[in-house]
Amino acid sequence: MHPVIPYVVAALLFGVGVYGVLVRRNAVLLLMSIELMLNAVNLMFVTADTSIVGVPRSGQVFTLFVIVLAAAEVGVGLAVILRFFRLRASVETDGVGAATETDAPREADAPRAAVRPDPDGEAR
Amino acid sequence: MNPVLAADITLPHINYGAIAPILILLGMACVGVLAEAFLPRTLRYPVQVLVSLVAQVAGLATIIGLALSNYAKKPTLTAGDALAVDGPGLFLQGAVLVLGIVATLLIAERSVERGGAFVAQAAVTAGSEADAEQARRQPSQTEIFPLSLFALGGMMLFVSANDLLTMFVALEVFSLPLYLMCALARRRRLLSQEAAVKYFLLGAFSSAFFVYGIAMLYGFAGSVKFHDIAVAAISSGKSDLLMFIGLAMLAIGLLFKAAAVPFHVWTPDVYQGAPTPVTALMASCTKVAAFGGILRIFYVAFLDSRWDWRPVIGVIAVLTMVIGAILAVTQTDIKRLLAYSSIANAGYVLTGVLAMQKDGISSSLFYLVTYGFTVLAAFGLVTLVRDQDGEATHLSRWAGLGRKAPVLAGVFTFLMLSFAGIPLTSGFTGKFAVFSAALGGGQTTLVIFGVLSSVLLAFPYLRVVVLMYLQEPAADAPTVAVPGALTSAALAIGAIVTLLLGVWPSVLLDVANSAAQFVG
Repeated sequence: MHPVIPYVVAALLFGVGVYGVLVRRNAVLLLMSIELMLNAVNLMFVTADTSIVGVPRSGQVFTLFVIVLAAAEVGVGLAVILRFFRLRASVETDGVGAATETDAPREADAPRAAVRPDPDGEAR
Repeated sequence: MNPVLAADITLPHINYGAIAPILILLGMACVGVLAEAFLPRTLRYPVQVLVSLVAQVAGLATIIGLALSNYAKKPTLTAGDALAVDGPGLFLQGAVLVLGIVATLLIAERSVERGGAFVAQAAVTAGSEADAEQARRQPSQTEIFPLSLFALGGMMLFVSANDLLTMFVALEVFSLPLYLMCALARRRRLLSQEAAVKYFLLGAFSSAFFVYGIAMLYGFAGSVKFHDIAVAAISSGKSDLLMFIGLAMLAIGLLFKAAAVPFHVWTPDVYQGAPTPVTALMASCTKVAAFGGILRIFYVAFLDSRWDWRPVIGVIAVLTMVIGAILAVTQTDIKRLLAYSSIANAGYVLTGVLAMQKDGISSSLFYLVTYGFTVLAAFGLVTLVRDQDGEATHLSRWAGLGRKAPVLAGVFTFLMLSFAGIPLTSGFTGKFAVFSAALGGGQTTLVIFGVLSSVLLAFPYLRVVVLMYLQEPAADAPTVAVPGALTSAALAIGAIVTLLLGVWPSVLLDVANSAAQFVG
């Protein structure tokens, strides 16, 4: 029998993940959506494994690899997002692109003569 | 566990000699981490620089040894067919290391900015008093060296991976350190940390697509080895749909790393926000690694289905060249300008890749190396133009630099001419190689768009040159720092290689030609 339900569930999970990344603006929720996508992949590996004759259980082993890499990614991601939170007191990603676009010229065009107490004056 | 199954498993044979370069890099990266933990603060910097350079030089020597001892002619698969040691693999590994050494010289520089270009304590909140204090006097963190070794080791693994799972592991091994390295700038930390968040979120998103593509291809071929996928593409009676969805997903992941156009939006922000030496590393080494992966997937796993996917990737190549060139024209920041130019250059390499014959491989390999050296030297020069806030990257601040610093302006002009593809520079020979390979492969349309876009792209480069020589410097114009020994070495290597490969390209082109045979 061809396992239809797990494949459909996996595709749905992946779709929900993609939707979450595209719609959400909270960095932690973005990270969770990405995790959802990776878990959809895990489900697909395990399901495909049962329907493929040949190398025994290789799909399950791939799942273990994906789980480990997802954990590593979360570790790095949360560290980066935590620094971002300390900086802005929020994890909304809305302003990220805009700030980068507008801050740069403003920073560079700022009057040189004024001696600022803090060379990193752009923060907050 | 089922005893019969357990008995069936035989450990794969691993040819340690053939994968020694990767092992050296990753092993020395671990040594770097230990040194960071156990050495006193004052000793860390010299030890880390030494470990980093020794690892890369030893890795490079091993690669040259392997290439001379016929691994390039008689390619082998090792570690249960997970790794391929063949001509293109060795060439790309060597390219990653050669460019990595030059980038490490830029990273290790500490005299241009007092204490180095990296933050002393990343945990200090940007903008606070403690942050101003550390920006003024404390020396950089030295974690950047083991991180860059891990990234380079991951890139070497990536270009020699022979199955999709190994490729995914390698992708993460080289991406994760890069995300962190982006956040470590000493000045403008807000910009730098935003760049890291952006790069991380988009990078993780694209690698999720990559691994979804792997699952599709596993479902299609019943295996993730490139050879099995190639066989299944010809012989299996299944519908090709699964394979093409899988290929599209894989391509999204790879083209993201290579910064091709629909997947390029992260590039300018990240290149601008990251510390300039790290940007140099990303623009040269990451590009080599990404195109190494693209070449291997297209030429080994999907060669026989090329008539179906080549037009799609061709459209992406055209978009990359044209949009990269058009947006480069509108830039007012030198780092963003170089970022858009690197996007357009990704399009030129893609043109060479799509030739889909031996010339295509060798010319792409050649182009990657020529571009890498030029872009390293260009970013090296960007680190030197400074004012009291750090690097002065806005183009208006570069006005009149030709009078204040004739040597810097001269070298930068030469590099810009190389980017614009003027003869006697490596930019010209590289473009000539990829375009003639693409013509040979019947991709005339791509070449027409390529030539048109490189004419367009010459405008922003020459505008910088005009700005430097023909405009009056402002009263508060930035100063040009005297480069330290390390930066001088990196700049000299970059400029000399740009000239050398422009007048005498056959040195490298012959090597690339003899290396251009993938193991199936």
